[in-house]
Amino acid sequence: MKIIVCIKQVPDTTEVRLDPKTGTLIREGVPSIINPDDKSGLEAALRLKDEINAEVTVLTMGPPQADAALREALAMGADHAILLTDRAFAGSDTWATSCTLAAAIQKLEYDLIIAGRQAIDGDTAQVGPQIAEHLNLPQVSYVEDLKRDGDALILKRVFEDGYHLIRVKTPCLITTLKEMNEARYMSVGGVLDAYREKEIEVWSLKDIEVDHGNLGLTGSPTKVKKSFTKGAKTAGKLYDVDSKEAAKIIIDKLREKYII
Amino acid sequence: MNFNLLKEHQMLIKLYEEFTEKEVKPWAEEIDETETFPVNTLEKLKRYGFMGIPFPKKYGGAGGDILSYILAVETLSKACATTGVVVSAHTSLCGAPIFEFGSEEQKLKYLVPLASGEKLGAFALTEANAGTDAAAQQTVAVKDGDNYIINGSKIFITNAGIADIYVIMAMTDKSQGTRGISAFIVEADTPGFTIGKKEAKMGIRGSSTCELIFENCIIPKENLIGKEGKGFSIAMKTLDGGRIGIAAQALGIAQGALDETVNYVKERRQFGKPLSYFQNTQFQLAEMKTKIEAARMLVYKAAYLKESNLPYANEAAMAKLYASETAMEVTTKAVQLHGGYGYTREYPVERMMRDAKITEIYEGTSEVQKMVIAANLLK
Amino acid sequence: MNNLINKGVWVFIEQREGEVQKVSLELLGKGRQLADQLSTKLTALLMGENVAQAAQELIYRGADEVIVVEDSLLNVYITEPYTKVMSCLIEERRPEIILIGATAIGRDLAPRVSARVHTGLTADCTSLEIEDETQNLLMTRPAFGGNIMATIICPDFRPQMSTVRPGVMVELDIDTTRKGEIINIKPSLVKEDINVEILEIVKEKKQKVKIEEANVLISGGRGLGKIDGFEILNQLASELGGMVSGSRAVVDAGWIDRDYQVGQTGKTVRPNLYFACGISGAIQHVAGMEESELIIAINKNTEAPIFEVADVGIVGDVHKVIPALIEELKSLKK
Repeated sequence: MKIIVCIKQVPDTTEVRLDPKTGTLIREGVPSIINPDDKSGLEAALRLKDEINAEVTVLTMGPPQADAALREALAMGADHAILLTDRAFAGSDTWATSCTLAAAIQKLEYDLIIAGRQAIDGDTAQVGPQIAEHLNLPQVSYVEDLKRDGDALILKRVFEDGYHLIRVKTPCLITTLKEMNEARYMSVGGVLDAYREKEIEVWSLKDIEVDHGNLGLTGSPTKVKKSFTKGAKTAGKLYDVDSKEAAKIIIDKLREKYII
Repeated sequence: MNFNLLKEHQMLIKLYEEFTEKEVKPWAEEIDETETFPVNTLEKLKRYGFMGIPFPKKYGGAGGDILSYILAVETLSKACATTGVVVSAHTSLCGAPIFEFGSEEQKLKYLVPLASGEKLGAFALTEANAGTDAAAQQTVAVKDGDNYIINGSKIFITNAGIADIYVIMAMTDKSQGTRGISAFIVEADTPGFTIGKKEAKMGIRGSSTCELIFENCIIPKENLIGKEGKGFSIAMKTLDGGRIGIAAQALGIAQGALDETVNYVKERRQFGKPLSYFQNTQFQLAEMKTKIEAARMLVYKAAYLKESNLPYANEAAMAKLYASETAMEVTTKAVQLHGGYGYTREYPVERMMRDAKITEIYEGTSEVQKMVIAANLLK
Repeated sequence: MNNLINKGVWVFIEQREGEVQKVSLELLGKGRQLADQLSTKLTALLMGENVAQAAQELIYRGADEVIVVEDSLLNVYITEPYTKVMSCLIEERRPEIILIGATAIGRDLAPRVSARVHTGLTADCTSLEIEDETQNLLMTRPAFGGNIMATIICPDFRPQMSTVRPGVMVELDIDTTRKGEIINIKPSLVKEDINVEILEIVKEKKQKVKIEEANVLISGGRGLGKIDGFEILNQLASELGGMVSGSRAVVDAGWIDRDYQVGQTGKTVRPNLYFACGISGAIQHVAGMEESELIIAINKNTEAPIFEVADVGIVGDVHKVIPALIEELKSLKK
């Protein structure tokens, strides 16, 4: 079985802080990680590798620094890694991103494509299903469990109020939730191999066949008009009053904020 | 000259930190409190390749350099000095002498299971009457046909009782003094070999430290490492390497205590201000940090020299001397900055201070390191 | 779909077992506003099997027309048949805007449709407005884990598609005087469109409610004194429809389970209201809750750092202030 896992390198948003004075984002020193939903997808693929010797290729589109995320995936046990990087891809929205990734995947052999449900920096949950559409594959998103059933997969697809058990034939695309599993660590030998013995294939625009009008900022139907922070938090007011008075103050505030 | 870590080292640190945060830190307090050897952690250390970092892949190792290994001991020790010394004693004192001085057969039979983590290793030199004066060995090994018969005892042996494979020193020819000492590999289940008293210790309480007793313990002659009479030299070279491991452990303890303290002083308020606001706090932290960084340079340099097959005994001694004394000083200051809470078991700095002390003592006391350094200076 | 002659605002009506989901009604409320601003029609798109009976209410809730697509192959939500029907209707009828609930269904369907009809999609919008000059839809959404907000436009492609989280928009009250048209359409679905096989459908009430998802959190710290202190917090939580959480100190003390811990080593939360009761406000704790919309802190110690991030700080005893507050809330309800 050949599996392609699409991963994204993201800033660890739990480490992102706002400058209390300016209210702007402090990006400096924020570590980059493999997006958690993607990491679970990778773990699911590696379990299939352990089980049936599946061949696992990780694919990412991003700046050259995304190399680190791919090395990490190799150090966890992935067999191959491809970095899709080109200035022409810069500024891609989910439509252009999925179009580019799909073009790269078309160059590869696959039975299963795995993408994380959503990335923690964008939270859109769009790229996986859009890749499936560009490749004309069945998709199952929000997957929390995966079992093999011959040349098909049985997937637990979760909803807010329950789940469906879905059988889908390969080739197909699934999007995974981080709750699906606890991803393994890299291994010491894996890290060393990832840097010394394994290669990351770097693909640029010339390596894929895609309509240039569908790429990057020009190929993106959506544009960011502006971005802003909610602003710095101003210190609140301190009240040293009796309990009854305090209760009244709290209730007024709750009303003001439409909480009651 | 280049002070940058390679990308592979940076990625290893990421792995070590994640592993330490999730698999080591949560148990540090408990294994200290209950004096329990971290068996479950050991299983995971094995799975992720921590038990044979600097040994070649063909011997079951990860194929890393000395620095890759040192960074692991350092990071593990930030949260738990016990876990740090388990890995260090296993790797530097048992795996390393077999790798460096053992025969190909010994490497395949013993190093492979050690490096892959299937088996745990220990090293035995110290005796009741042979501590710093290691030459005063009384354990004897007498050749008997195809075997050696070992009699005597060893004390303060790290990993004893848990380890499967022991590298031990014994006299094969008393008349030759230190040149009459030989090194042997002894398997844990060899008849005549038993584990004696387990020590109750001040620090690194999760590690197992016991007496080894040999009563007509018969081992095959194939288990002699190198030649008869080479044992003292093997032991001293092994300890030179081991010192870099202990220095890394000390460095980790110091860094762990500083990290805890930085968090604490930002949080703890006195006189209406966080402790971090006061200049005394700031100056103390600055001194702690500077000494840790100096110790780190010494430790990494010693690792670099050993990796490059350059003489490193002197640098290893300086690294261990300075890192262990820094660990003691930094943890003492950390407790002081925590005030009354620092003296309680509610905060980890109290444990770190107890753990730090041993780094000034084992694998050569600070005084032994000074002897080594001075001897190099005056030769 | 690159065509600017598109007209009309559509809302995808999400139904589960025939029951229209609340988020879809909320989107009709918002869609009504947008359609009025654009002087165009608001269309509800209702797909499923035997769902037509829900159509009338959609008109009462603001729709000008309801497109009802019924087919046995639409019985349970499956990506492909829903995508096919929706995409064909978009191609035929060319709406200008489509709003979809950002649910586990909407977030599966919307990207697939947007890729098929080639248009932009903006996820999880918290605000939707029409830009006066261009008549473009301004779609504002949080990004970076909620740390920044971005306003997105889709100027050159139609329809402008957007998903919106439940609870963000407000539904209109039922107005039975409203009139509208119900259009029934038979889709051209074939068996092969069902490209996955549903083996089992399991409904479950989520056992574990996640504090990260609560709108109101009543959080207790060491200042509660003892485990019993959580009783009044539970009472307050039920008055305000919230959940109880705690600081690391009370988790370590065993007063509350680790799943409910707020802070760097616990969960990061951003509720609309965070009540810090007897929590001093260690940095580790603050890091996990400072993004909350409204923070109210009660602490005996005037110097407690929690007051630095609180919008309202009450210097006082939790055991007195909270019962007084519960009393007041109860009397308000009467």
